[in-house]
Amino acid sequence: MLANFDFSVITSALPYLFFDGMRFTLTLTALAALGGIALGTLIAMMRLSGLPVIPLVAKTYVNLFRSLPLVLVIFWFYFLVPYLGQWVTGADRPMTVGAFTSSLVTFTLFEAAYFSEIMRAGIQSIPKGQAAAAQALGMTYWTSMRTVILPQVFRNMTPILLTQTIVLFQDTSLVYVLSITDFLGAASKIAQRDGRLVEMYLFAAVVYFAVCFLASLAVRRLQKKIAIIR
Amino acid sequence: MNYNWNWGIFFEASPEGTGTYADMLLSGLAWTIVTALCSWVIAFLLGSLIGVMRTLPNRAANAVGTAYVELFRNIPLLVQMFLWYFVLPEVLPDEWGSWLKQLPNAPFYTAVLCLGFFTASRVAEQVRAGIQSLPRGQKMAGTALGLTVGQTYRHVLLPNAYRIILPPLTSEFLNNLKNTSVALTIGLLELTARARAMQEFSFQVFEAFTAATILYVVINVVVIFISSWIERRVAIPGSR
Repeated sequence: MLANFDFSVITSALPYLFFDGMRFTLTLTALAALGGIALGTLIAMMRLSGLPVIPLVAKTYVNLFRSLPLVLVIFWFYFLVPYLGQWVTGADRPMTVGAFTSSLVTFTLFEAAYFSEIMRAGIQSIPKGQAAAAQALGMTYWTSMRTVILPQVFRNMTPILLTQTIVLFQDTSLVYVLSITDFLGAASKIAQRDGRLVEMYLFAAVVYFAVCFLASLAVRRLQKKIAIIR
Repeated sequence: MNYNWNWGIFFEASPEGTGTYADMLLSGLAWTIVTALCSWVIAFLLGSLIGVMRTLPNRAANAVGTAYVELFRNIPLLVQMFLWYFVLPEVLPDEWGSWLKQLPNAPFYTAVLCLGFFTASRVAEQVRAGIQSLPRGQKMAGTALGLTVGQTYRHVLLPNAYRIILPPLTSEFLNNLKNTSVALTIGLLELTARARAMQEFSFQVFEAFTAATILYVVINVVVIFISSWIERRVAIPGSR
């Protein structure tokens, strides 16, 4: 079968694959990573706070999302977001939500659970003297977090956050279950239209491998550069 | 909210004619558990082998182990699933390809192999981390006692390494179990697939997915419980 491997299927579909598919994947990855890190940092701070109920809420959130498969969460939010939109805006019927918005909400909330564990480990690894010194200088909790603790956490955790972003990049391929046209979805549509499954799936695998492998090499180099000698 | 709640839907007969919706979900649960266990056997054995290969003094073994891990970690699981299910029968010789395509329960065997090889790469990383976290003196002491490399691994390094990595290995087992849901794309009727089918037949979206969610959470709790029991049983006395 590899004898009649047809490259022209791949080359003629390149614009569609990259401008439609890969653009969706990269946009979703970037926005979900930023949103996930922001929300994850908040959840980590909630979990480490000394307030009464809030740590329990954060812990339940993280444990719930970490025990569910991403495919199930994708289905959940695909049906839930229109109803949430209706509840939030007070409309009289569920809001129409596009595929991109639904996936963005799903991936941001799902990855926030994983990012929050990374940020929690990061915050806990900062020496207690830092927070104590900030308090001694008269800073409030939020000021000390913003100017003293979190900058150090982000610097220390950047390689791990980037690695989790690469995992997120791979996970976005699962929007296939909603027939959304991300990179894998685009490759699959071309494959089914032209009857060339072998070429398109192998090409998709090669592209994903190249992107993830190069990205992990870059993260390793970055890690060596920013490592602080203690 | 114009959604009609109907929690009694679980006791109504499903259009497939094989029982109630609850039976459908439980059959999905059974397939999930069986797929997870079978693929874990492959993942654990193969992953331990690859992890050990990465720590051996032999450079060829290191290279093979590293190549395996990099290959299976950098391709998304769904793409790997498609390669196993759609591409493999096409690139094999014709009779084998035809036999594969006509195999009953082909999605199950494909999912088990795919998940086994994928999770093996992650288990390999854990095993490697466990072995490398041991003091260097352990391997040296094995050599000093006249043990071969194999004997050192069998009697000195691996027993310690496995006890150290039991918590992350439990995590990997749970990841493997959650990844069985990806097999719904190739037609394996596991729990998420059955919940989706129930949603499509009955339009009771939130009841179906709530049931699936509760079942996954229960499995997680049970697995963590069993893992803590194993950890206590195999702990070396005096090491905690």
